[in-house]
Amino acid sequence: MSSIGFWDLLSLDFMQRALLAAVFTGLAAPAVGTYLVQRRLSLMGDGIGHVAVTGVALGLITGTSPTWTAVAVATLGAIAIELIRSRGHTNGDVALALMFYGGLAGGVLLTGLGDQSTSLLQTYLFGSITTISPSDVWVTIALAAVVIAVCVGLSPQLFAVSHDPEFAQVAGLRVTAYNLAIAVLAAVSVTVAMRTVGLLLVSALMVVPVATSQQLARSFRTTLVAAMLLGIAASVGGLLLAAYASFSANVAPGPTIVLLSLAGFAAAWPLGVWLRSRQRLRAPFAPIVPEGHDMADHDVAHGHVHGEDCGHLAVEHGDHVDYVHDGHRHAPHGEHYDEH
Amino acid sequence: MHPVQLTAGSVAIGGRPVLRGIDLTVETGEFVALMGANGSGKTTLVRALTGLLPLASGELRLFGTPFAEYDAWSRIGFVPQRPGASSGVPTSVWEVVASGRLTRRRLLRPLSRADRAAIDHALEVVGLPDRRHERVTSLSGGQQQRVLIARALAGEPDLYVLDEPTAGVDLPSQQALADALGRLKAAGATVVLVAHELGPLAPLVDRAVVMRDGRITYDGPPLADHEVHHPSYGDPHTHHHTDGTPTSRHDHAPHLDLPVDR
Repeated sequence: MSSIGFWDLLSLDFMQRALLAAVFTGLAAPAVGTYLVQRRLSLMGDGIGHVAVTGVALGLITGTSPTWTAVAVATLGAIAIELIRSRGHTNGDVALALMFYGGLAGGVLLTGLGDQSTSLLQTYLFGSITTISPSDVWVTIALAAVVIAVCVGLSPQLFAVSHDPEFAQVAGLRVTAYNLAIAVLAAVSVTVAMRTVGLLLVSALMVVPVATSQQLARSFRTTLVAAMLLGIAASVGGLLLAAYASFSANVAPGPTIVLLSLAGFAAAWPLGVWLRSRQRLRAPFAPIVPEGHDMADHDVAHGHVHGEDCGHLAVEHGDHVDYVHDGHRHAPHGEHYDEH
Repeated sequence: MHPVQLTAGSVAIGGRPVLRGIDLTVETGEFVALMGANGSGKTTLVRALTGLLPLASGELRLFGTPFAEYDAWSRIGFVPQRPGASSGVPTSVWEVVASGRLTRRRLLRPLSRADRAAIDHALEVVGLPDRRHERVTSLSGGQQQRVLIARALAGEPDLYVLDEPTAGVDLPSQQALADALGRLKAAGATVVLVAHELGPLAPLVDRAVVMRDGRITYDGPPLADHEVHHPSYGDPHTHHHTDGTPTSRHDHAPHLDLPVDR
C-alpha cells in the first residue's frame, strides 16, 4: 500500500474522475440548497434522496443505468412533494414524510425482489465516489452544469418567488412553474450528488454550506456564492482527506465530506454570533426623537414659539396652556416641554 | 379607462362567502383608503383586486382589460402585509427592492442602467438609501414596511395596492411612510390602501371606502364635513374633536384615537 504516495494517488484515473465529480457536485448541491433553505424546505433534499432510492433499485433490477432511473423517479417524487405541498391541505413537512417512507420502503423492497446484493445499493446510499465510471462522470458534470446555470441564471426570478410568492405572483411571475423548477433542480442535484456523498447524506451537502455561509453573509447573493465555494471546499477537501487517510485506515469519502462541511459550520457559527453581537453594540438603538426636550431645542426643531393666535389648537391645562400640533400635545413645563 | 373596476364582485373562501356584491371603481390618480373593522373583508378585497384570490362571481377589469386577459403586471405595485417571519436566508435591503424591478426585466438579462437608477430612486423615496447593504431583518418593522413600498416603487407602476402598511408601525415610521406615499401621490400615482387607522396618512386620502361584513357600507370623501366646517382648516390634527355629536352618516367610521379625544 505504501508503495505509492499521496500525490501518485491523485494522478490515478479513478481519483481524477472522483475529483471532477466532487467539484461539480460541490457547486451544484448548495446552489439549489440555498433556495430550499430560503423556502424553509431544508429537508426536501433528504425526502428526494429517499425517493431516489426506489429509482436506483428500479435501475438495478431492470438492468438500466441507476443514474437515469434515479433522475426520473426523483423528479417525479419532487414534483409530487411540491404539488402535495401547494395544492393539498397538507403541510410541506407532511408531504416530505410521505415521500421519505414510501421511497425508502420501495427501494429496499425492489432490491429484495430483484435478488440484488444490498452492498450494491449501499454504494448509492452512502456514496462511492472513487468507483465512479467515466460515463457517469460526464453525466454528473452535464447535469450539475445545468443545475448551476439555472440556479445562477434565473436567480432574480427564483429569489423573488422564494422570498415572497404573493408579491411574485402580482409581479406576473409564474410562481407554480418556478416552484416546480426548484423541485426538479433539487431532484437532479440529488442524483448528481448521490455518487459523491450518497442518497442518505445528500441533503447535508445541499444545506450545511448554506447554513455556514448565512452565519456571515448579509445578502442573498453572498450567501449563494459563498455556499457554492464552501460546497467545493467540503467535497474536494473531504475527498482528499479521505484519500490521504486511506493509507492507514478505511475512510469513506462521503461521510468525510459531510463531516468536513459540518466542521466548517461549527467554526463559522461562533464567528457569526460574535459578528452579530458586535453589530448590535455598534448601533444599539435606532435613533429616537427624545420625548422631553428643552425649550431651545423645541423652538429650533419646530421653528415656532406657541402663543395666542399662533394657529395651533390651544388646550387649557391647569395653570398653563398646551398646544396641539403635528400629532402631539405640547405642554410647557418649566424649562422644557412635555409631549403627550 | 379606470385602473380598477370591480363590478358585483364576490369572493368565497372555502365555500364561505367573504365578499358580496362589491362595486368599486378607482379613478386614475385617486388615493383610496379601504377601512373597516378586523374581519370586514378589506384585505380579502385587496387580494381579489390583485388576483391573489379568484372571484366567485362578478367582473374585474384592470386598466380596462378583463382580468383573465390582463398581463401588464408592471403597472401594478403590490405591497403585502409585512411578513412576520423572515425567509431562511439573509437578504439585503437592496436585493428586496431590486426584486420589484422584475416586472420590467427580461429573462437572463443583467440589470440595466435604468434598472439600477429606478432601484436607487425607490430607496431614496422611502428614505433608506444608506441601509441598502444591511440585512432586511436588522431593520425595524416600519423600516421593513418602507422597504416593501420601495420594492413596489422600483417597478415604476401606475397603481399601488398596499395591504395594511401602517399596521404595527411606530409613529415616526408612519410619518416617513406617509411622506413616501405623498411623493407617489404628487407624482400622479393611483393608490389603494387598506388601513385600520389612517394616522399620518389622513391628509393624503381622497376617498374612503368603509367595509363591514364583506360589503361596502360607505364610499365617499373622508371627513370632508370636518374639514369644511372647522376654523383651523388645513391642520390635519385638529379634526374630530369639536362637535362631539357625530352625524349618523359617520357612526360606522372607525374611531381615530387622537390626543385631543379625551
